[in-house]
Amino acid sequence: MGMDSVIRVDYLARVEGEGNLFVEIREGKVSRVEVGIFEPPRFFEAFLRGRKYYEVPDINARICGICPIAYIMSSSRALEKILQVKVADELEVLRRIIYLGEWVESHVLHILMLHAPDFLGHESVLGLVKDDPEIVKKGLKLKSWGNRVMSVVGGRSVHPVSCRVGGFHRIVRKEELNTLLKDFQTVKGHARELLEWVLNLPIPSFRRDMVFLSLRNDVEYPILHGRVVSNKGLNVTENEFENHITVEQAKYSTALRYKIKDGSTYVVGPIARYNNNYDLLRPEVRDVVESHGYGAPLVNSFQSIVARASETYHAVLELEELIRDYREPKQPYVDGTVREGSGAAITEAPRGMLYHRYELNEEGYVVNANIVPPTSQNLAAMEQDLIMLGDELTSLDPVKAQWLAEHLIRNYDPCISCATHFLRIKYVK
Amino acid sequence: MSKLRVAVYKFSSCDGCQLQFLNMEEELLQLTDMVEFALFYEARKAVEPGPYDVAFVEGAVSTTHEIEILKELREGSGILVALGACATAGGIQALRNWANVEEFKKYVYPRPEWIEVLEKVEPLSTYVKVDYEIRGCPVSKEQLLSFVLQLLKGKTPRLPVDSVCLECKRKGNVCVLVTKGIPCLGPVTMSGCGAICPSYGRGCYGCYGPMIDPRPAGLNELFKELGVSPKEIRLLFKQFTASAKEFREVHGGYG
Repeated sequence: MGMDSVIRVDYLARVEGEGNLFVEIREGKVSRVEVGIFEPPRFFEAFLRGRKYYEVPDINARICGICPIAYIMSSSRALEKILQVKVADELEVLRRIIYLGEWVESHVLHILMLHAPDFLGHESVLGLVKDDPEIVKKGLKLKSWGNRVMSVVGGRSVHPVSCRVGGFHRIVRKEELNTLLKDFQTVKGHARELLEWVLNLPIPSFRRDMVFLSLRNDVEYPILHGRVVSNKGLNVTENEFENHITVEQAKYSTALRYKIKDGSTYVVGPIARYNNNYDLLRPEVRDVVESHGYGAPLVNSFQSIVARASETYHAVLELEELIRDYREPKQPYVDGTVREGSGAAITEAPRGMLYHRYELNEEGYVVNANIVPPTSQNLAAMEQDLIMLGDELTSLDPVKAQWLAEHLIRNYDPCISCATHFLRIKYVK
Repeated sequence: MSKLRVAVYKFSSCDGCQLQFLNMEEELLQLTDMVEFALFYEARKAVEPGPYDVAFVEGAVSTTHEIEILKELREGSGILVALGACATAGGIQALRNWANVEEFKKYVYPRPEWIEVLEKVEPLSTYVKVDYEIRGCPVSKEQLLSFVLQLLKGKTPRLPVDSVCLECKRKGNVCVLVTKGIPCLGPVTMSGCGAICPSYGRGCYGCYGPMIDPRPAGLNELFKELGVSPKEIRLLFKQFTASAKEFREVHGGYG
């Protein structure tokens, strides 16, 4: 790269949704970075107003086709707080099962099809197929199993239909779930092999000081419940979370990004969960990780793929136990009382903390809604990462520099479809 | 046999329909022997130039930029397929068609004056000729695969025309509307999903849009007899394919 040059990607590939990237280099230093979004806004919070509370989870699922369960669960939990519903333990287990299925499906999609090609210099997964068809086949099988978990519990894997405020529309039978354990040893083997394969990828090991935010609950690896914690000492409830972040609108990029009140950027997602909850990962997972020279914390965003593969193996192991021990609930759902009020909840989407807050009127219609998706929380950190990568970028030829910059964005598994219901369109030409 | 050259593209939507290509886990590797995904941003970095044999387009049209790209895709593709509820009927974001978009901008954005969107969210067919519409929110993976295979064999792809009710009958489902009094859009909704909602104990919410000649007014009357309030009936029709003409007749045109 010249001392003064520009990296421009008009359409970011292998991410969900439509984004672009602009990096300006002046005198050998990165002088300007824009992670732009040109996917049109979809105004979910605005049209949720006037909808009946029970419609909200299904409508919100449509924010993201890759992580609909996350949207269903964050909104259901927030609404259950208003209706004062205490979901029965068996229903919580079923929720955890379908959510873990989504993690497997979403993580393997990203690891194998969107992210790994970058580490090995392939433009798509098809290059990988030529080099190493076995790992691709195993990965696809694993991904397919994750989708099956979602289909068995949810009816279908994209926009499942069985979930509702208070639980599920009908009881999922033990024998339906048991079909998932047929051929399970193969699935488990594939999850372990995928993790080992990832641990052998050439992953950069430089250190960057980052703030990692995730849920944590001391009982289990966090998905549906927990306090919001960081590696820098933040520890607050989900109700308090909104008071600890600020929305920023930078002039140069015009995209809204979230930061912590003290001005620092932060990271959510697998790497943050892993670093904040490493002790709660299955010992079998930690053994594999540690036998390859990794551990906690992971120190840069390229290593997020290690967290994603660890969580995949963890999810598969936990699913085996949850399905084996599953007891059918007595009732498919728990009813609440419609009342005026507000409630907030956070669950861990595959890409990180997903915050929802609702206000209902006395008839159960939505009056106000606020949704903070993971990708918008990571936008500022992505840009900061690109700045930190400055010297590296300037020392590469333009093609490689552009690829590295794109790779860095993909480290975050950005889901632009999720982020756009409040992001301005900016089309860099 | 030369490969079918395919473009996969999206407008305003959730990615869920194009994701169904990547969800063809068992078939994907075989499929790529017969199909070249020449343009598919979600899956690959490289872009092969057109013309394309087929363009699968997900998403609704909600900006002038999207209109331009759609017209380019139409011009550069032999067959244009609208993929899913957003592309065929505007999808969930079309709910803003009944609202004041300026108020919406102000509600969601601190700097509403920077938001440039069209007054209304429209399906692809408002702006270009669409050759096939694959329904659903999302489209079914099986239906999409079968569609591609029919094209590969040089056939004219066949898509469903009947209602979700018939799928329930074929599956032997007990009718949730008749036996449990659950409001269900199955009688007026296009089949193709496998009647999953009734199979999971709930009423159909119409995500495949109206079937051919649905006559939803009768169902509207039945819901009233069940004691569902007029407001809740309107909301039921006004969801994922709210903008579809036949459903608009029940819940009210643009006002």
